[in-house]
Amino acid sequence: MAKEMLNIDPKKVEKARAAAHQITMNIQKEIDLNTTTSVERTVARLFGIDGVNSEDIPLANILVDQLKEENVLNRGLAFWLGNSMLYHDLNAQEVAEEAAKGSFKLTEIPIQDETEVKKLIDTKAKEMITFIKNNRQDRDDYIERLGEGITPQKYVIVATGNIYEDIEQARSAGRQGADIIAVIRSTGQSLLDYVPYGPTTEGFGGTYATQENFKIMREALDEVGEEVGRYIKLVNYCSGLCMPEIAAMGAIERLDMMLNDAMYGILFRDINMNRTFIDQYFSRMINAFAGVIINTGEDNYLTTADAFEQAHTVLASDFINEQMGLEAGLKEEQLGLGHAFEINPDLKNGFLYEIAQAQMIRQIFPNSPLKYMPPTKYMTGDIFKGHLQDALFNLASVMTGQGIQLLGMLTEAIHTPFLSDRILSIENAEYVMNNARDLGSEIEFKEGGLIQTRAQTVLDEVVEMLEDINKKGLKNSIADGDFADVKRPINGGKGADGVVKKSKDYYNPFLEMMSKELSQKK
Amino acid sequence: MKKIKPYGDTLNDGKVQLSFTLPVPASAEAKEAAKRLAAKMGLTEVEVPHMKDLHNFSFFIVYGSLDHTVNIEEIDIPKVNEEVMDYYEINDYIEENLGRNIVVVGACTGTDAHTVGLDAIMNMKGYAGEYGLERYPKIDAYNLGSQVPNEELIAKAIELNADAILVSQVVTQKNVHIKNLTELIELVEAENIREQMLIIAGGPRIDHELATELGFDAGFGQGSLPPDVATYLAKSVAKRN
Repeated sequence: MAKEMLNIDPKKVEKARAAAHQITMNIQKEIDLNTTTSVERTVARLFGIDGVNSEDIPLANILVDQLKEENVLNRGLAFWLGNSMLYHDLNAQEVAEEAAKGSFKLTEIPIQDETEVKKLIDTKAKEMITFIKNNRQDRDDYIERLGEGITPQKYVIVATGNIYEDIEQARSAGRQGADIIAVIRSTGQSLLDYVPYGPTTEGFGGTYATQENFKIMREALDEVGEEVGRYIKLVNYCSGLCMPEIAAMGAIERLDMMLNDAMYGILFRDINMNRTFIDQYFSRMINAFAGVIINTGEDNYLTTADAFEQAHTVLASDFINEQMGLEAGLKEEQLGLGHAFEINPDLKNGFLYEIAQAQMIRQIFPNSPLKYMPPTKYMTGDIFKGHLQDALFNLASVMTGQGIQLLGMLTEAIHTPFLSDRILSIENAEYVMNNARDLGSEIEFKEGGLIQTRAQTVLDEVVEMLEDINKKGLKNSIADGDFADVKRPINGGKGADGVVKKSKDYYNPFLEMMSKELSQKK
Repeated sequence: MKKIKPYGDTLNDGKVQLSFTLPVPASAEAKEAAKRLAAKMGLTEVEVPHMKDLHNFSFFIVYGSLDHTVNIEEIDIPKVNEEVMDYYEINDYIEENLGRNIVVVGACTGTDAHTVGLDAIMNMKGYAGEYGLERYPKIDAYNLGSQVPNEELIAKAIELNADAILVSQVVTQKNVHIKNLTELIELVEAENIREQMLIIAGGPRIDHELATELGFDAGFGQGSLPPDVATYLAKSVAKRN
């Protein structure tokens, strides 16, 4: 439990949380009425449908697009798939392959006894539910046997574009002390309305997220984990137009963390907000069920807006991400809520304000791991200064007990990290965090001093902002540019045409089964 | 001084520091290999004060004296601006020499999602104590954000009758920025508007020389600030009108 060091008023925290809860419930009402093409493709993947046709179009896309054209996607893919499986006595993959070849159309198959169809799809869905549970158990067993890194856990990125090169870099980082490896995605993948297939060796600024790439990296990290005696976590990105599909792939291949923000796609990728809210809900439910820790993306706000002036928007968004996460079945321990060390280094006492913000978030979300992001905006290409900025970032983190430390790179703003950059940043973190390990429990902040006052001021602004958003509605507030100085119209953005209103007989067995089990665990 | 070489603590000692990784484990042989590589780079008196094993790789910090010199007087770098004006001077200059606002449209085009550079130049807040173009009363700045198709940027520029297009490119892996910048110029020429507006590129790996080679009017690289861009805009647009 985080120690109270800032003298903040717990009633104000309650007020902020209550407003965020209300904001979430208002959005949730709409989420429950709709599905999306990506949600239905996820259902296809969870039934075991994989692969692409001769034009590299994923089978999941082919099926869902056909149903959408026929205006019957509102019933959900599961029914149509189950109906064909029953009629032709084929498994899901076989149905998908035949339908993709044009042997038959899902909608042209005579409607079978609906109770029988439901029985079949529930049986098949349970197989995947069990498979994901087993993966979760495997992770628990690994951690039990090997242990994991001490917090703040050291998180590094690999981004060569070539999965085989990535595993070399990841192995090296793991051996040098990294606890968490993220494979950053190729620039532009978030805007693809499908998931690429197979192992990939070409990418821009990153490597495509494909199920095969997930598998290759998982194997490499399990190997290194055995070697170093520490379970190494794998991260990818549940964001963009395929949020829930990536979550499903991650659940199948035992990823441990997912970047998974409720609003990031809207603000920074101009994805339609209705689409994003629906997609984030199902993707988070899958992550919740698979035992995945999500990371939210509040750090991004500070790349467009000022870190000192806009600190309250970060915290407000953390509250909203928390409530939406809990609503989707995630536990507090699975919420890697985001924030960042991005105050202008020239600001007098800037480090004190960073500590105030980091400590405040720590106290407000005491059971969540918290994802702390390094300086990027004011990294200049002066690697010597950059290494120092990263050291202060590491000090702020260990002092305030952050959970997930994305390590800053001294060559930020120059290139994607060299192998040696990553090692230098790990050494930096190990040195600072070991040297100041218990500093946080040895100190108190001066009553009414700079740090306490700063935290209290930001909290006041958060309460005001969240109550204001609650009044006008989250969608209007995004449209007004309340977050990150970015304005997004409610019906604008990419992927809006993928939203489909559910019919009365809509059925998604995974949503039903997962939400039932998750609510029992609560 | 004409012929120059690096300075450590004495003129012409030629001292340089470098660091690199070799794809072999640390060993006496690896260290000697690092020294010989340094010698091939033109270094003498090579020292390796630090070698670290990185499992199958090894990291070195190397010092040496450089033999080579260059004649700085033979160097000629094309510059965007001779003199940079400040925020107030720029607004006054536009008022006096143009009498109307300059219209600028900016975007990170293609697949590039990194708006840091564009925002530093355009956002109201600006960067490093300098206001961004949006703050200039005499500039109408439109920031279209990231991952904007080149076609969309051009269409917006035509719609607004813009004086200038600013395009920012941060990701340069496999030269994706060159392809994208070339495409932009081709599209602008196809639309027959190349002469109507200034086309300007920016980004950490871009400089004025590269930009002009690609057919742009100007390029702004690492360390460029809003007044650099705004001075150029003010003078060039005034000259063209």
